[in-house]
Amino acid sequence: MCSTCGCGEGGARVSALDERGRTYDDHHDHDHGPGAGAHGHGSPVPPESGTRTHTLELEVAVLAKNDELAAANRSWLAARRITAVNLMSSPGAGKTTLLERTIQAATRSVSVVEGDQETLFDARRIRQAGARAVQVNTGAGCHLDAAMVARALARLGPDEDSVLFIENVGNLVCPALFDLGEKRKVVVVSVTEGDDKPLKYPHMFAAADVVVLNKTDLLPYVDFDTGRFTADARSLNRHVEVLPVSARTGANLEAWYEWLG
Amino acid sequence: MHELAVAESVVSSVLERTGDRRVSVVRLSIGRLAGVVPDALSFCFELASGGTPLQGASLEISEAHGRARCRSCESDFDLDDPILLCDCGSADVLLLSGRELSVTSVEVA
Repeated sequence: MCSTCGCGEGGARVSALDERGRTYDDHHDHDHGPGAGAHGHGSPVPPESGTRTHTLELEVAVLAKNDELAAANRSWLAARRITAVNLMSSPGAGKTTLLERTIQAATRSVSVVEGDQETLFDARRIRQAGARAVQVNTGAGCHLDAAMVARALARLGPDEDSVLFIENVGNLVCPALFDLGEKRKVVVVSVTEGDDKPLKYPHMFAAADVVVLNKTDLLPYVDFDTGRFTADARSLNRHVEVLPVSARTGANLEAWYEWLG
Repeated sequence: MHELAVAESVVSSVLERTGDRRVSVVRLSIGRLAGVVPDALSFCFELASGGTPLQGASLEISEAHGRARCRSCESDFDLDDPILLCDCGSADVLLLSGRELSVTSVEVA
């Protein structure tokens, strides 16, 4: 987090891990000087009262800058025939375990951008599973954005003809709003979270290209109605596919691999 | 709290066009399906605009209904939540609008 303004954006850290698991950081310049544009912290300018003002019509999309960066990421990836998949879920749904399994079974080169508020835990797990990874720590930030992914891609240097997973910050709310330049969005939900999640977090499910229902090995121990879950997800996203799997036992992961292509 | 990131984007997209000129009002249009909470955004805007020519500006938010078209009965209707269901009972619904998030105009000195 930026210590001057408290914003989450400026504080993101990108860390790459070398073969021995050592890290080296990419320090992000964060301008706090006057005239620094949107993110400057120049002298406060009190509003004047009684001054005549005039209306300036703007009609600009608020997230246009993020969307432009996402489009640049998307064409960079497409030029290298890299399939980018944005993985989103609440914390603890099993994204990293699913990735460990996927890396072990992969026939194409896989690399991973790991997003978390803090720690390098997940990037280390991915390296141990045999893929290259960079960790983005968002500090106070609750989601990855296209600028963070652009920095991570520059550091990661994914192979051509490969699969890139972007593991978003564990959160079923904010990541739905930010295009990263991915080709497909995956929402992972575990059965222990309850079957009411689609209607509680509708924006996330509306944005998904596929829903992975994880931890199905625990179904005998929890009250989870897979039929209700699937029907609710489809009330938000009519044709969305729901893939029940267990990343821990490996059950039905073939369906996930087939979906990935 | 993605509203903080959204508020920062509001400030930067306005500043790009208004530069050093003082801004007293920022008007936004937010679709009801945009996934942004106006109250949270107003709170974050105060933080994000601090120390810029937008400091102290008031934020006027107009919320736009979502619009959708039912493919079964071919009627258009308002939609204020993301559950795609027509009154006729069909869920074969096409979302036409409601996810907009834009700065419509500002008052500059």
